[in-house]
Amino acid sequence: MNQYEVTFIIDPVLSGDEIKSTASMYESLLKDQGCTIVHVNEIGLKQLAYPINKKSSGIYYCIEFTTPVGSIISKVELALRRDERIMRFLTVKLDKYGVKYNEDRRSGKITSYKKKESKKKTFDSGVAAAPAGAEVVKPEAEPVGISEEE
Amino acid sequence: MASRDDIKFLSNPSIGQQKKKYCRFRKFGIKYIDYKDSEFLLQFVNEQGKLLPRRITGNSLKYQKLVAVAVKRARHLAILPYVTDLLK
Repeated sequence: MNQYEVTFIIDPVLSGDEIKSTASMYESLLKDQGCTIVHVNEIGLKQLAYPINKKSSGIYYCIEFTTPVGSIISKVELALRRDERIMRFLTVKLDKYGVKYNEDRRSGKITSYKKKESKKKTFDSGVAAAPAGAEVVKPEAEPVGISEEE
Repeated sequence: MASRDDIKFLSNPSIGQQKKKYCRFRKFGIKYIDYKDSEFLLQFVNEQGKLLPRRITGNSLKYQKLVAVAVKRARHLAILPYVTDLLK
């Protein structure tokens, strides 16, 4: 059983219902092929980094699923390629770290990059504090040496 | 009284010493790089959206390769640009 993740961008020109039906259509397609859906991540409307089909935004969806047979991927990709409502898609096979990352993300252990950054900052400050502490210790030790000389 | 020990601290010893670079993935135990996290990936590209070399980011070879793959996936999905100016 391999776990995969398919991310696609839906045309933002469509109405809200159409967008939802498009996403659920692919969910049911995957289910029909014998996959089990692990999670559907509705990322939502995002600004594109560069225009695709003269559009500057798109609706991102990410479906995670497990499948016993890898051959269904080509079927799903063919359907995505034929669909005019889909602007871009990407299917990725998740390794064990990817599966764990997504689980942690869903359970809220990893929320966003900003949290990681704050963690890093505390680490950095800890590293920075250690040499400072060492410097503080040194002058304390030196007067002892001087007194010994005296 | 300025003895030799005091003179040692007149100049900041940390100036002129390069801070040792390290691989953040090794250090913090990050095993998976998410291609959907644009904020995180922005650390590994320059202002034109090009990948930064290992000599600057300090990543180990294993993780630099994974970063490169993640950035390329993000570019395909229009999360990161292929070419720009003034990205940051």
